[in-house]
Amino acid sequence: MADATLDAKGLNCPLPILKARKALKDVPAGGTLEIVATDPGAVADFQAFCRQTGNELLEHSEDDGIYQFLIKKTA
Amino acid sequence: MSAEEKSMSIIVTKGSLDWAYPPFILATTAAAMGLPVTMFFTFYGLPLLFKKLNLQVTAAGNTAMKMPMAGMHMGLPNLVTAIPGVDAACSVMMKNLIKKKGVASIEELREMAVEAEVRMIACQMTLDLFEYSKDDMIDGIEIGGAATYIECATQADINLFI
Repeated sequence: MADATLDAKGLNCPLPILKARKALKDVPAGGTLEIVATDPGAVADFQAFCRQTGNELLEHSEDDGIYQFLIKKTA
Repeated sequence: MSAEEKSMSIIVTKGSLDWAYPPFILATTAAAMGLPVTMFFTFYGLPLLFKKLNLQVTAAGNTAMKMPMAGMHMGLPNLVTAIPGVDAACSVMMKNLIKKKGVASIEELREMAVEAEVRMIACQMTLDLFEYSKDDMIDGIEIGGAATYIECATQADINLFI
């Protein structure tokens, strides 16, 4: 169970990233944020976001057009 | 944060609805990724700092603008784009698409840029040239000129002109 969840379904670039950044602020260090999105571009973008910010993308998956991301706040 | 030593600047020169997107998308995203961002608003980009925005697209000369309609993509011949009301109709269509596809409004992106402490500089010369007043613009912006921008650009890793 993640420490926080963000529903970014229906949102287009760059909103999932911007809202994830905001949501991460309230996650304690070492905690996790789960994001659910429908934007296919979010797959590459969350990987880039995590590489750049130093947060860890623990897992990501796709099921029937719904993308799920789990980010660990390490930065 | 690993990105903190990198920074970005953007010169914003265009103020139509479509051209307002790239600078605000990149500024907010870069800020979200930990980069300090400066936006320098000049010429037709300056009105993007007005408190009240009513952005329009211009169909004339914009031959690549094709909107999805009835299962295909429709563009307008240049002659048609000269008819009064066509730009307004195209702008309404574009705004409806933006809403339908979950794309942020420019107002929303600008709000997020302000929240993310993106530095926004209004070009003094453009204010004088087009007789704009700082009073009509959102709070928190700075006024500056070319030297202000150049100083910022010499320190930034990414400098964009849009």
